[in-house]
Amino acid sequence: MNKSYLSLATAAIGAVVILSGCASATQSTPSADTASAFKPVAQDESSAITVWTDSTRLDAVKAYQKANPGVPMNVVTFDGSADGSTYLQTKVQLFDRTNEGWPDVVFAAPTDLTWATQPTAPNEVPFAAPLDESLVPKATLDGFAKGSLDPCQFGGHTYCLRNDIAQVMLWYNKKLMDQWGYTVPKTWQDYQALGEKVGKEHPGYLVGTIGDTNSNESYFWSSQCPANQLVKPDTLLVNLQDPKCTRMATLLDALLKAKTMSTQGFFSQGFDGSKVLMANGPSWYGQYLFKGAFKTPAGQISATGPLTWEGESTAYTGNVGGGTWMVSAHSKNLKAATALTTWLTTSDANLANAPTYPAYSPGAKTWLANPANRSYYASDISPVFQAAADSVWTGWSNTKFSDQTPWSSAVLPALTAGKTLTETLPAWQQAITDLAKSMGYTVTDK
Amino acid sequence: MTAVDAGRPPAPAEAEPARRRAPSRRRAGPAGYLFVSGYAVLLLAFGVFPTVYAVYLAFTNDRGQFTGPNQFVKVVQDYRFGPSFANIAIYLAMWLFLVVVLTVLVAVLLRSGVRPGLSAVLRFAYYIPGALAGVAGVLVWLFLLNPTVSPVGPLLRWFGFETFSQVIAPADLPVIFVLIAFWTGAGGWIVVMYGALNNIPDEVLEAAKIDGAGMWQSAWHIQIPMIRKWIAYMAILAFAGGTQLFVEPQLLRTASLGRIDPTWSPNQLAYVYAFQHGDFNGAAAISLVLLVLGLLCAGLLVTRSGLFKTEDK
Repeated sequence: MNKSYLSLATAAIGAVVILSGCASATQSTPSADTASAFKPVAQDESSAITVWTDSTRLDAVKAYQKANPGVPMNVVTFDGSADGSTYLQTKVQLFDRTNEGWPDVVFAAPTDLTWATQPTAPNEVPFAAPLDESLVPKATLDGFAKGSLDPCQFGGHTYCLRNDIAQVMLWYNKKLMDQWGYTVPKTWQDYQALGEKVGKEHPGYLVGTIGDTNSNESYFWSSQCPANQLVKPDTLLVNLQDPKCTRMATLLDALLKAKTMSTQGFFSQGFDGSKVLMANGPSWYGQYLFKGAFKTPAGQISATGPLTWEGESTAYTGNVGGGTWMVSAHSKNLKAATALTTWLTTSDANLANAPTYPAYSPGAKTWLANPANRSYYASDISPVFQAAADSVWTGWSNTKFSDQTPWSSAVLPALTAGKTLTETLPAWQQAITDLAKSMGYTVTDK
Repeated sequence: MTAVDAGRPPAPAEAEPARRRAPSRRRAGPAGYLFVSGYAVLLLAFGVFPTVYAVYLAFTNDRGQFTGPNQFVKVVQDYRFGPSFANIAIYLAMWLFLVVVLTVLVAVLLRSGVRPGLSAVLRFAYYIPGALAGVAGVLVWLFLLNPTVSPVGPLLRWFGFETFSQVIAPADLPVIFVLIAFWTGAGGWIVVMYGALNNIPDEVLEAAKIDGAGMWQSAWHIQIPMIRKWIAYMAILAFAGGTQLFVEPQLLRTASLGRIDPTWSPNQLAYVYAFQHGDFNGAAAISLVLLVLGLLCAGLLVTRSGLFKTEDK
C-alpha cells in the first residue's frame, strides 16, 4: 500500500519539477508614468470627505470643520505614520483589495509618498492623487520652502503638500549656560569640547541623546553622511565608512564616553528633562520636548545653529520628519479634499497657530510673527529657524523604507549593550543594505 | 518507607468503571447537525477558506501565474527568514517545556497536595490573567518590565536593569515573550489539567495509596500516564499558538519606539511581506511554512500519544 503512495508522491513531485518552468515569484513592477493615467472617479460635490489626521493636527482639522459647516467631513485620528508606523500603508493595501474605504485626505510621513505614488498591485490606482495637474495652482506650489516638496515629487508630478519642516538646530538651556559661563557652540568641534567639559564640571547633565528613533537624522544627516542617498531612482548609496559618517560617530563616541550623551530616548518614560543642557534636534523640540515633555519654564530655552564643521564654510543640517498631506486618487469629492489640504498647508488662518514650523514660506513668516510661537524662548529664535530651514542637506533621500527602522532596531540595542557607535557602523550598514535590497533597491557603497 | 510498588504496572485505562457503551452506530438526528452547523460555518469562513486561499496565493504570483515552489524559495532566501525562525524556535523550546512541565506539576499539586478550598482559590487566581485579552496582557507587562514604573522595579534593578531598553535587549526577548505567554496562557491549561486529573477514578488512586505510593509516585506512575492525551492535546495547541507569536513583539516594538526588529517572529515577517511589500503571495508562503510545521508537530504527537484512539474500536 505504502509503495503506491510513494509512487504517487514521486509522480506529484515529478509533475512539479516539470512544471518548474513556473512563473517568477517576483512582484510585478508598476508601470511608470502613472500620473498621466490619473482619472478621477465620478465626482459628487455633496459627498462627505473622510480625513485621517494625527492627534497633533486634529485641532486644525476641527477648526476647518467649524469654519466650513457646509462641508460634510468624517474626521478620524490615527498615528500619522509616526516612528516608522506603517498603519496607513497597511490599510491602503487592504482598501485596494476590497475596493472601498480609502480616506479622502490623510496626514502622512514623507516615506508614505514612496508607496502611495505607486500602484500596490497591477491594475490598482496609486493612492495619492497628483496635485499639480489641475487641483493646486502652480503659484501655490511655488510658495513652499525650497526643497520642502522634494519628498512629494515623483516622475515630474507633485503628490502632496508639505505640512511642516523639522529642520535640525542646536537647542540649549540659556539660563544654565549663562550661569555656568559657557559659550554657545558654533562648530561641531566646539560642541564636542563643551560636552566633554560638562562631563567633568557638571556630571549628570546631558548635551544630547542618540537614543531616539530619529537621532540618526539629527546627527548623521547634519553631518552629510551618505547613509541613504538615492543616486538613481532605484540605486541607493550607503557608505557609513565615509569620513562624513565616521567623524560624527567619533564625536558621539567621545560624548558617550564623557557620559554627556545619553542612549535613552528623550521621549522614553522617566527621562529627566531637567538635566538637559543641550539637544541637537528638530524645530519642534522647543514646543514639544522642552515645553511639552520636560515642562521647562519659559525664558530658559533658546536655539542656535545649524553647526558647521571646522574647515567647512557652509552649514548643513538634518530634518526630522515634517508631515505631508495627501489627497486620495479615489476621492469622490476632490474639490473639497483639495480645499481642505490647501487650507491646512498654506492659509495664514491655520499656519499662524500651527503646532510646527510651516513648510509654506509665507505661512512660516506669519508663524514667526505670532508672539505665541516665540514668547517661550529666552531669545529670538526666528533667524535660527529660517537659517536652518534653508540648510537642510539634500543628500538624505526619501526611500521606500523608514531610515529610522535600521537605526532603532539594529543600532540602538547595540549601544544600550555598551558598544560604541564606531563599532556598530558595520552592523548599521548591513541593516540598511538588507532592508533596501528587500525593498527592491540596488545598493552601492561608492 | 520504601517504594514497594515501583514495578507495578500503571492501572490500565480499561479499569475505569465500565461506561455504558452506546451502540456503535447511532442514528444521527438533525439536532447534531444543528449544533455543529454554527461552528462549521465559521470554520469554513474563517479557517478553511482562508487556508485554501493562502495555498492558492503561495503557489501563484500577483499576476495569478503558477509559480510552483518559487514563492517558497524566495521567502526562504530572504535575509530575515532564518533569524525569525531561529527566534521562534528558541521561544518555542522554552515555552513548550514550561507549559508542559509546570502546568502539569501545578495541577498535580492542586489536586493532591493542597486543601480543596485553597485549591479552588488558586485555580481561580491562575486563571485571571488568561481572562485579559492578549493586548491587555502585554500592556500589563510593558509596565512590569519598565524599571522606572514597575512595581517590581527594585527586583529589575537588582538584576542590573536600569532602563526599559536594557530589559528588552535582543537576547532577553524570548524569555520575556515566554513569561508573557505563560502568565496569560498557563492558567487556563492548569484548570484543564486539573479537570483531567479529576477524571481519574478515586479507586485507582486509593489502590495506589494502599500499595504505598506517595504523592509523587502516584503522580508519575498513575496520574500523568492517565492524562497523557490531555498533555498531548495541550502540547499541540501550545505549539500551534506559539508559532503564531505576533502581538507581543509587535506591541513591544511600538512601546519601545522601534527598538525591536520589526520581523522578529515569522508571523511578523509575513505581515511585513503583505503590508509593506504588498506581497501577499510571499506572505502566504511563510504562513504555509508555519502551517506545515504545526501539522507535522500535531501529527507526531497524535500518533505517539494515541490521542484519537477510541475505545469503540
